[in-house]
Amino acid sequence: MALSGVEIFKHLPKTNCKKCGFPTCLAFAMKLAAKQASLDSCPDASEEAKSFLGAASEPPVRAITIGAGAGAVKVGEETVLFRHEKKFVNPCGMALQVMDTDSDADIDAKASAVATSEIDRVGQRLRIELVSVKDASGDPARFAAAVKRVTEKAPDAGLILDTRNTAAVEAALAHLAGKKPLIYGATADNADAMVGIAKAAGASLGVIADGLDALTALTEKITAGGFKDLVLDPGARKAKDMVEQYTMIRRSATKKSFKPLGFPVISFAVNADPYMEQALASIGIAKYASIIVLSDIAKWKSLALIALRQNIYTDPQVPMQVKQDLYKVGDVKAESPLMITTNFSLTYFIVLGEVENSKVPSWLAVMDVEGLSVLTAWAAGKFTAAKIAQFITESGIDQSVSHKELIIPGYVAILSGALEEKLPGWKITVGPREANALPAFLKNKAAAA
Amino acid sequence: MAFVVPKDTYNGKVFEVEIGTGDKAVKIGGENTLPFLTFEGAVPNMPVIAHEVQDVAPEDWPETVQAAYKGVSGDPVTWAKHCQDNLGAQAIALRLYSTHPDRQDTSPEAAAKTVSDVLAAISVPLIILGSNHAEKDAQVLRAACEAAKGRNCLIGKAQEANYKTIVAAAMAAGHKLIAMSDLDVNLAKQLNILITQMGYEKEKIVTDPMSSALGYGIEYTYSVMERIRSAALMQNDGTMAPPMLNDIGMYVWKVKETMASESDLPDWGALEERAIGWESTTAVGLIMAGSNLLIMRHPKAIETAKKVIAELA
Ligand code: SF4
Repeated sequence: MALSGVEIFKHLPKTNCKKCGFPTCLAFAMKLAAKQASLDSCPDASEEAKSFLGAASEPPVRAITIGAGAGAVKVGEETVLFRHEKKFVNPCGMALQVMDTDSDADIDAKASAVATSEIDRVGQRLRIELVSVKDASGDPARFAAAVKRVTEKAPDAGLILDTRNTAAVEAALAHLAGKKPLIYGATADNADAMVGIAKAAGASLGVIADGLDALTALTEKITAGGFKDLVLDPGARKAKDMVEQYTMIRRSATKKSFKPLGFPVISFAVNADPYMEQALASIGIAKYASIIVLSDIAKWKSLALIALRQNIYTDPQVPMQVKQDLYKVGDVKAESPLMITTNFSLTYFIVLGEVENSKVPSWLAVMDVEGLSVLTAWAAGKFTAAKIAQFITESGIDQSVSHKELIIPGYVAILSGALEEKLPGWKITVGPREANALPAFLKNKAAAA
Repeated sequence: MAFVVPKDTYNGKVFEVEIGTGDKAVKIGGENTLPFLTFEGAVPNMPVIAHEVQDVAPEDWPETVQAAYKGVSGDPVTWAKHCQDNLGAQAIALRLYSTHPDRQDTSPEAAAKTVSDVLAAISVPLIILGSNHAEKDAQVLRAACEAAKGRNCLIGKAQEANYKTIVAAAMAAGHKLIAMSDLDVNLAKQLNILITQMGYEKEKIVTDPMSSALGYGIEYTYSVMERIRSAALMQNDGTMAPPMLNDIGMYVWKVKETMASESDLPDWGALEERAIGWESTTAVGLIMAGSNLLIMRHPKAIETAKKVIAELA
């Protein structure tokens, strides 16, 4: 919650002693409000001022880390409702549900699926991070044994202990020293005991209640005792309830500074229809869930979810860019056609897709114009004849390509004359304006050759 | 502290647009709140899915989706009837793809005949789409508007380069209009203003913010849509208040994820499920951003989207 300089000023010593390096307490307060200074610089600040400013600078949604070491997953810390306002901070964690009644072979297979879930997407290594072990047996020993199996097969996965039974949690924790699992969790009936266990284990705690009134009452009771590492489950299992309840929670936390709901949300997408499960998980990704539990992570299913999560959590301020380079599309030869486009990733993907569709192997020169599309880059003076000529000359394209014909996007047809002047010996060919005309264009060209 | 439902109230409202005639007509839009937040506003109409049908056999569609229309897709009338009668389509989107100069370059007259034939065979609303060639679309859609007179179709897409002819034709024949601009809030607004300056009512426009597929820029579409919707509701900006359309099939069924075999990319899993899930996930993402009408291809992906929409009511 942002405080104004004047609000902060009220809590400073008001002696203008300058020890902070600023001429007045008010000037210092203004810098604090702008987050350009730290209260530590004022040696005379009271304890009251420290706790007041400390609480005010906490993120509206508390950060929760599940797991330890390289595989730890941090969620929460979100500040806004819309990604165009500001980047969503910590991508939601995704968990595969394992039943403690599953056979050992099934538990091993599921844990291995999580352990080997990592894939590469647009240069990022992404994975399913968590395993949620569900106490379906009602037997603490069986539950603990299942948890132990999972940690052996998927040592880097964060763990969710899905049981209301404190005996089961304690039995499982015996195998989880230092692992900081999420205990899911506390209800009105077992909250005191669960909080004690979570505190002692350094674990976070899921808080389960039916609806937001009951949830608020329960988190207030727990935080009053000083324990704050909480994750919320308001009970939504249907699409409509997910959208409404998660929106209310995010709005309460970020817009109303309502502390009892200022925690990450856990969402259960589990559904008998795998496409529906994928859809419910997608709703969670878009609408503010921080942990999403799935019953199955078939590769086809998690690929889409990982892509959606990556897209939603991309920084909206930074245009997505691809690296400036000469890309090979298909089985290219030195005489294959050569095209140029810009490094806005959307432009690149669309052009790449259409060149692939044409089945005509081609060279695609992608020029760094700070992530703008062709027309925008041209209008901004970043995709001009001089700059294209410089790129072509310095890129070493002549090492790979045996001919001197460059196909330029139809939108910058106007550049062809100037380019031929600046690239002596080159033939400039104007390609189509829209990428969807590329297959026909390339096929015709190949047929004519 | 007791929990208080954090309600927002908005001055604005999305226009409600009706397409089609008779008891099969559908209404889209009309909400005065963000997607599905009925705790603070009214959502009178849920998103509608239109099945895409082409005037030419979909030979360039990936195998997974081509196979779903095997035996019916050779002829647009059979194909459209199949979608209506066997797949329960709420609306049909007829893409006059063969009119593109790089395809068969079908004449506007021949395209108009296809429109008449399809309309004669179906009772659900029809969306009539050109081939996305600005100049040719202007001629084709003018003829199509005339042929579809009286059926209250949704015609598109009018873009900055060709809107004049299309708007005039839609106005004369009493159709609704899709206005498409390139992924930009201001361009979308600007185009709506240009169209209304011709005397076309803004309450009859459907905005196409330009779609993109999951993994290939969906976040741009998503945020442009959220911003358009916010402007309509919070700033009560009537030029941003048309309902929104996402023509996603043509984007989704062009990306590698809907085509590459599992043997080529074992990390990506089974092709058929992956491809279908790619389309339904794209749809669900954009439904979350405020989509009112989606044009989709695979029956199974459409089924999932409809199931989700039913659960969102
Ligand atoms: S050091 Fe503290 S008391 Fe001194 S001027 Fe700065 S803010 Fe004021």
